[in-house]
Amino acid sequence: MFQFLMRRSLAALATIWVISIVSFVIIQLPPGDFLTTYMANLREMGERVPEEQIAAMRERYGLGEPMFVQYYKWMRGIIQDGDFGRSMEWGVPVSMLLWDRIGLTVMVGLSSILFVWVVAIPVGVYSATHQYSILDYLFTFIGFLGLAIPNFLLALVLMWIGWSVFGQNVGGLYSPEYSNAPWSIGKFIDLLSHLWIPMLIVGTSWTAGLIRTMRANMLDEINQPYVETARAKGLTEWRLVWKYPVRVALNPFISTVGYALPQIVGGVLITAVVLNLPTIGPLLLRALLSQDMFMAGAIVMILSILTVIGTLISDILLAVFDPRIRLE
Amino acid sequence: MANVEQRGQKANSELSPILDADILEPEKEKIAVATPRQLMWWKFRKHRVAVFSGILLIIFYTIALFADFISPYDPNAFDAKHKFVPPMYVSFINEDGNFTLRPGVHGLILHKNPETLRITYEKDKSVWYPVHFFVRERPYKLLGFIETDIHLFGLGEEAGSDKIFVLGSDRLGRDMLSRIFYGARISLSIGLVSVFLSLTLGIVLGGISGYYGGWTDNIIQRVIEFIRSVPGLPLWMALSAALPSDWSQIRRYFGITIILSMIGWTELGRQVRGRFLALRTEDFVLSARLSGARDLRIILRHMVPSFTSHIIASLTLSVPGIILTETGLSFLGLGLRQPVVSWGVLLQEAQNIRTVALAPWLLLPGLAVVLTVLAFNFLGDGLRDAADPFSR
Repeated sequence: MFQFLMRRSLAALATIWVISIVSFVIIQLPPGDFLTTYMANLREMGERVPEEQIAAMRERYGLGEPMFVQYYKWMRGIIQDGDFGRSMEWGVPVSMLLWDRIGLTVMVGLSSILFVWVVAIPVGVYSATHQYSILDYLFTFIGFLGLAIPNFLLALVLMWIGWSVFGQNVGGLYSPEYSNAPWSIGKFIDLLSHLWIPMLIVGTSWTAGLIRTMRANMLDEINQPYVETARAKGLTEWRLVWKYPVRVALNPFISTVGYALPQIVGGVLITAVVLNLPTIGPLLLRALLSQDMFMAGAIVMILSILTVIGTLISDILLAVFDPRIRLE
Repeated sequence: MANVEQRGQKANSELSPILDADILEPEKEKIAVATPRQLMWWKFRKHRVAVFSGILLIIFYTIALFADFISPYDPNAFDAKHKFVPPMYVSFINEDGNFTLRPGVHGLILHKNPETLRITYEKDKSVWYPVHFFVRERPYKLLGFIETDIHLFGLGEEAGSDKIFVLGSDRLGRDMLSRIFYGARISLSIGLVSVFLSLTLGIVLGGISGYYGGWTDNIIQRVIEFIRSVPGLPLWMALSAALPSDWSQIRRYFGITIILSMIGWTELGRQVRGRFLALRTEDFVLSARLSGARDLRIILRHMVPSFTSHIIASLTLSVPGIILTETGLSFLGLGLRQPVVSWGVLLQEAQNIRTVALAPWLLLPGLAVVLTVLAFNFLGDGLRDAADPFSR
């Protein structure tokens, strides 16, 4: 187990390193260095920047020096001080803007995964035990539909229904009276009452795939001799199904969650833009549209690293549940 | 791989009693002597939904090909007098209230709310314009080289400035139906072009990986793992945003295509690699090698044809992902841009919830996306089943 943990963690670290390089490349993609753009922006607003400050920033980010030096300086800032560079558009360090929103992003993502699990497992089990029943066909159809409807379209349609039927704006994560209030029980409950919409939207497209996985896994297991034995011994059908085949069928399911994670992150992102959630999604879009590259690079990097960590956790969980994986 | 072997064994045990029997029933004899292609076709035909989806897609692509003939209006023609016109009912009752065989539409009376300035339209029962077929207006080049000015339908000259909006119009009075037809060109072709690029990448890299094995395999597998383990959307967003804004529309289209095909190739690469690994040890490959065939010839002449059907199936299944991503990127304003018309660009108009509440028909391009994606998924499902004609 220890060996397995070490191997997986090392692989994750290597992935994170490559991610940092890719993010750095993204920052460098637009023509010209960021300082020139930053200065131009400030000058437009009529601000004068002292020469010393420019020199200091030039030194800090290693501008004009070879690429690998710039990369080194950027990475050192992140690791030592959590400094991801400056946002040109906002004129403040990127890290100041991010942390709040990352928490909410993770929260939306996690609740979506939870939703997917809570729905996909029982529905998958039902579909497998009642193969070719009307409900099975219905679930399969809804599943296909969920796969085919883009997240943002579902978000738009839900918002439209909320607006025209219930006359309320379903976007955002807080009611107006709580949006700037400090954390309290009331704010948390208010958050939960808004959270279910993005959760539903992001979840739907993934529930579809996972229901199918769960159904297929269950169908593989349900005709095994050990199920027959248990049935012959007189177990009730309910206990029988949930005690044996479901537990075996869950294993591949956990690994699927690991690889669904990148897509869920993407779903959260685009849904957040439509629903105007105070998460990282709208921030990334804005940063990209205004070519605020330190911001964009940092967001891409953080999202990717979070995904890798999530996958790592799901791998470890899988190893805990399935000894065969550890020994492989 | 175990799965493939199992299927092979199953096929043998299924076939052998047929071959042993002296007299075959006509039905079974037909199956026994059929070519693999015939078997696949019979198997595919049984999957009704897949056949239906295939037909639907053929219709969609035909519409895209002949968009300029079928569309009643220029997709980018502004019309200040017809903003946000709701979809019109095509009726068979003319202005006198009598039934006619020729379909037509009633005129519109414009109302402007003096306080909110909101424009609403009322049907003018006293005016009725019959729909004319094969009307002559706006010359264009059909399929790019046949010069003509015939359009499938329109209101003709008698309608004057009044128009027919089967699916309504947008904020600039552009006809949604024409825009959806023209949008199909970009949205449907971008899927195919990207898939073709991913296929090339997937076959080359997956092929090298599976055929040679060893450290090349190792490196390519790590790259695939990396791409699959990071969330694609933020990355593709960043890459599309980095496309220079002074690029021409056609360059931008191909830029986006290349970015999109970077998503598709990993899955295809894995599939191709798996097939290569399974086939590498087959007898026919060994005998080809012993006969002195070069690597490239073995790969292209002997190995690739034996898994073409599987590749076609997985290709079909990877088109929807690409169409959805293009729609998403364009919706966010990072993909294709006006005046190019794609379904994603059209949906961008529906970004604002107030606009959607005012003109829900702006969401119709989304319906086209959903239908296309559904059809590709079902078609791919049917093809995948048919690719293995011996399995049940």
